Amino acid sequence: MTPRAAAGLALCVLALVAVPWVIGNEFYVNMASQVLIYALFALSINMMLGYGGMVSLGHAAYLGIAGYACILATTAGYDQLTAAVFAVALSTAAAAFFGVLSLRAPGLGFIMITLALGQIVWGVAYRANDLTGGDNGIRHPARPMPFGFDISDAPSFYYFTLVVFLVALFFIWRFARSPFGASLKGARDQPRRMRMLGHNVWLVRWITFVMAGFWASVAGVLYVYYNLFLSPHAISLQQSAEILLMAILGGASTLSGPIVGAAIITLVKNVVSTYVERWNTLLGVIFVVVIVFMPYGLVPGCAQAWERLRNRMKSRKVSPAASEPAQ
Amino acid sequence: MTTPALEVAHLSKRFGGLPATKDVSLSVSPGERRLIIGPNGAGKTTLFNLITGDLSADAGSVRLFGQELIGMPTQRRVHLGLARTYQILTLFPRERLVHNVVLALLGLDRRRWNPWSILTASRDLYANARAFLERVGLGDAAERIVAETSYGERRRLELAMALAQKPKLLLLDEPLAGLSQAERQTVRALLDAIPREVTIVMIEHDMDTALAFAERITVLHYGEVIVEGTRAEVVADPRTREVYLGD
Repeated sequence: MTPRAAAGLALCVLALVAVPWVIGNEFYVNMASQVLIYALFALSINMMLGYGGMVSLGHAAYLGIAGYACILATTAGYDQLTAAVFAVALSTAAAAFFGVLSLRAPGLGFIMITLALGQIVWGVAYRANDLTGGDNGIRHPARPMPFGFDISDAPSFYYFTLVVFLVALFFIWRFARSPFGASLKGARDQPRRMRMLGHNVWLVRWITFVMAGFWASVAGVLYVYYNLFLSPHAISLQQSAEILLMAILGGASTLSGPIVGAAIITLVKNVVSTYVERWNTLLGVIFVVVIVFMPYGLVPGCAQAWERLRNRMKSRKVSPAASEPAQ
Repeated sequence: MTTPALEVAHLSKRFGGLPATKDVSLSVSPGERRLIIGPNGAGKTTLFNLITGDLSADAGSVRLFGQELIGMPTQRRVHLGLARTYQILTLFPRERLVHNVVLALLGLDRRRWNPWSILTASRDLYANARAFLERVGLGDAAERIVAETSYGERRRLELAMALAQKPKLLLLDEPLAGLSQAERQTVRALLDAIPREVTIVMIEHDMDTALAFAERITVLHYGEVIVEGTRAEVVADPRTREVYLGD
């Protein structure tokens, strides 16, 4: 990491830490927590989408499985930590199974199978009245007390979420730059060649699928802690699609893109919807405009625009002959 | 008798009703340079795809130093010492040249499963990759993006990636295709420099280079082996002329 990048990262973390002080308002602090939870969902789906080229329309399934498992285990009398570990483990195991099914078909087949699996989880949640409360949903008794800290108020819950988010971000950042990540990107671009270079393309994709499922499950547990409630509406197809759109809107090929996308969509949903009734339309318009002008998403698009602007400024200041291409 | 480096026996493959490979048998000794020729559509690349496992064979066997490859996924065959280049360039165009070779090295390295370490910190991989680029005369181009290189350079990158795999059997699918006369000379010299521990099977249309390079030649026509023998035998055989000039 260059010193400049490290400084930038430190600044970002500092800004995130300062959020509750700067905002103050509980409503908005809660929204910041929501942004972080959705950013984790978007980051996890982007492990498959951005680096692996696998488009999933069933990512809300892990929110469903982890969420319901966490609530049910807690109400069954297990302590919060056991319940959370059980929930994430169960949901990750489901991802392992779903991965085997989904990866049988490439491209469009993959999308349809993930969609179907997501709908099955939704359907089960909707129908299994005794277990999930059906359409009415079920409540989570209370937020946990990690290491004895009370996280029931907005700022402390925000910090709890932030810690989990930063740990996940760190792992996913390493993942993207690791040899494994390089194999995954290679498998996205030239699967045949990667096999011929000795890489097990199927296994690389499957492991990625499971890792994405794991982080989505962690986000699912956070979601339940935040809302203290889960119903089938939260794990509908729309949820899966929104998570996918977050990653695409921000820029699937980047690490920061899904975070930006999650922030924008969550803010539009929560803030704008109090003023504008047709906030869904607005979301659609934003999405179309961004994709038309920045087909690779906001973050790469803005980076490109910035680069162009800088080059223009430079060529204006220095004589064209002396200007050097920006590194 | 030593075990052949490559032994193909009664290999067959049909695409629907069209037989692409018909009962092909051939045996290549360790260290040999074998040329496979034949008109367009003779099934030369199909034969390569069957050997590598890109296509699954309908019948027959493929043995690499005595070990049966049929039924094995491509990457397992690669780990046994198989490598190939493609007629249609199959590279990672948005990456640097050195990264392409690193992916080749990584394929046979346990570190490819590591989701935690930083790839660019593996200096030995990069140094090794640069050495292979050096070997094909691309040492100075290591940091360039593939999309910004010339066609001739990409052909040599294909070769560098295959060599980086330290293969025992190397399949070259038209390594000279689309190259200028000067570039052909360069690539030919590179091929000549490959040590004899590597057995090479090559598909090539450039007869001057190919005939000079190969010891034995197999002629394929409509998926069948028509003629096989030494350079002189194949050139003298009337069936070779028939295939190429029509009767």
